[in-house]
Amino acid sequence: MNVTIVDYNSGNISSVINSFKEVAKDKVNIEVTSDLNKIKSSDKIVLPGQGSFKSCFDALNSINGLVETLNEFAITNKKPLLGICVGLQMFADLGYEETETKGLGWISGKVSKINNQNNKFKLPHIGWNEISIVKESKIFKDIEDKSHMYFVHSYEFVPEDKSVISATTDYSSNIVCSVEKENIFGTQFHPEKSDKIGLKIIANFINL
Amino acid sequence: MLKNRIIPCLDVKNGRVVKGINFVDLKDAGDPVEQANIYSDGGADEICFLDITASNENRNTIYEVVEKTSKKCFVPLTVGGGIRSVDDINRLLNCGADKVSINTAAVQNPEVVAESSKKFGSQCIVVAIDAKKNFDNWEIFTHGGRNNTGIDAIKFAEKMENSGAGELLVTSMDRDGTQVGYDIELMSKISSRVNIPVIASGGVGNLDHLVDGIKLGNASAVLAASIFHYGKHSVKEAKEYLDSKGIPVRI
Repeated sequence: MNVTIVDYNSGNISSVINSFKEVAKDKVNIEVTSDLNKIKSSDKIVLPGQGSFKSCFDALNSINGLVETLNEFAITNKKPLLGICVGLQMFADLGYEETETKGLGWISGKVSKINNQNNKFKLPHIGWNEISIVKESKIFKDIEDKSHMYFVHSYEFVPEDKSVISATTDYSSNIVCSVEKENIFGTQFHPEKSDKIGLKIIANFINL
Repeated sequence: MLKNRIIPCLDVKNGRVVKGINFVDLKDAGDPVEQANIYSDGGADEICFLDITASNENRNTIYEVVEKTSKKCFVPLTVGGGIRSVDDINRLLNCGADKVSINTAAVQNPEVVAESSKKFGSQCIVVAIDAKKNFDNWEIFTHGGRNNTGIDAIKFAEKMENSGAGELLVTSMDRDGTQVGYDIELMSKISSRVNIPVIASGGVGNLDHLVDGIKLGNASAVLAASIFHYGKHSVKEAKEYLDSKGIPVRI
């Protein structure tokens, strides 16, 4: 099996690579590439993302044909895809970081700044927070409710259809931190930096 | 609920961990992978490496240490010490660091903070503030605490937030190494003036100091070196103690 981590200049992806290689061992081939043919032929895709919504989406667009390839992979062919952090946020129609930016539009909704209640809560939301699992998700197999995950973000994904939400976390309000819509998975937290429990989520995705 | 973080800090010199964890069964006390693993297995919420390599020719060794460690370290890894430029940051991130902590360069050339946070995202840019009390104010020191810049620490903290820093690592030079506790006044002042997380550092001698840093200093995270290195306390003990005092921690 081939799992491809999409390398599109979205910031630091070395931890994502290290964690997937650790989990995959020699059984699964982990490819890190922006090569469209390799992406097309892979079995699963990981879409990482750090920095701002706009900078990540601009980076996606700067690789000719990448957005179309991802659409074909996830929407037409319905093959499994995992978005991490801004990778998840880009599933939305619109993002509001820096300026209004169109997203992939895979899951209707928008990405807006966390309402920190007039500075009562510090931003970015950095550190370990508990997740509340609100629906069964394949990537949460053997993951206990209230497990701790590592977060670092100032913006949150607000999907229109709440049934896609698989987990939330409590920071100033209930923030959506994981979604599942058919073959599309996303986590706002960083499984690659969430210790053994995070590696378990990565293993669950690889083993889908 | 967001948990307060405990961050053990390891000193790295010429590519080896020095002043590490004092456990006898270690095959090699200077092995960063082994030491980072002991800390993360013990529940460390993040690991911090401080590169104290003095000579420029040995600077490259930190990259190898980070590369080796990050392959087996699955909690965030922050690296500080000797970072001068956006290129240095880029290289450390490529080696597997999740965050970098910038000290002297942030004071001498604040553009480095603005440029790097724009380029890599503010989530990976930590500005380290070394401050010393001077009557009613605190002044910024650079070059590992050797140079007094006369810059007001509180104003500088606000400036760094505006420049795009994601977190501030605040060290009291008066307290560093004394084991008498954090400078609570400094921590709480900075924490109340900025809206980004503050990591308290400098002066921890016992577990109550960690409690004070969070409860009185309003720090989001507490960094400590010597109480963990010399086997006085484990990270697990520290977390259990904080938990017993009603502080939310990841256990």
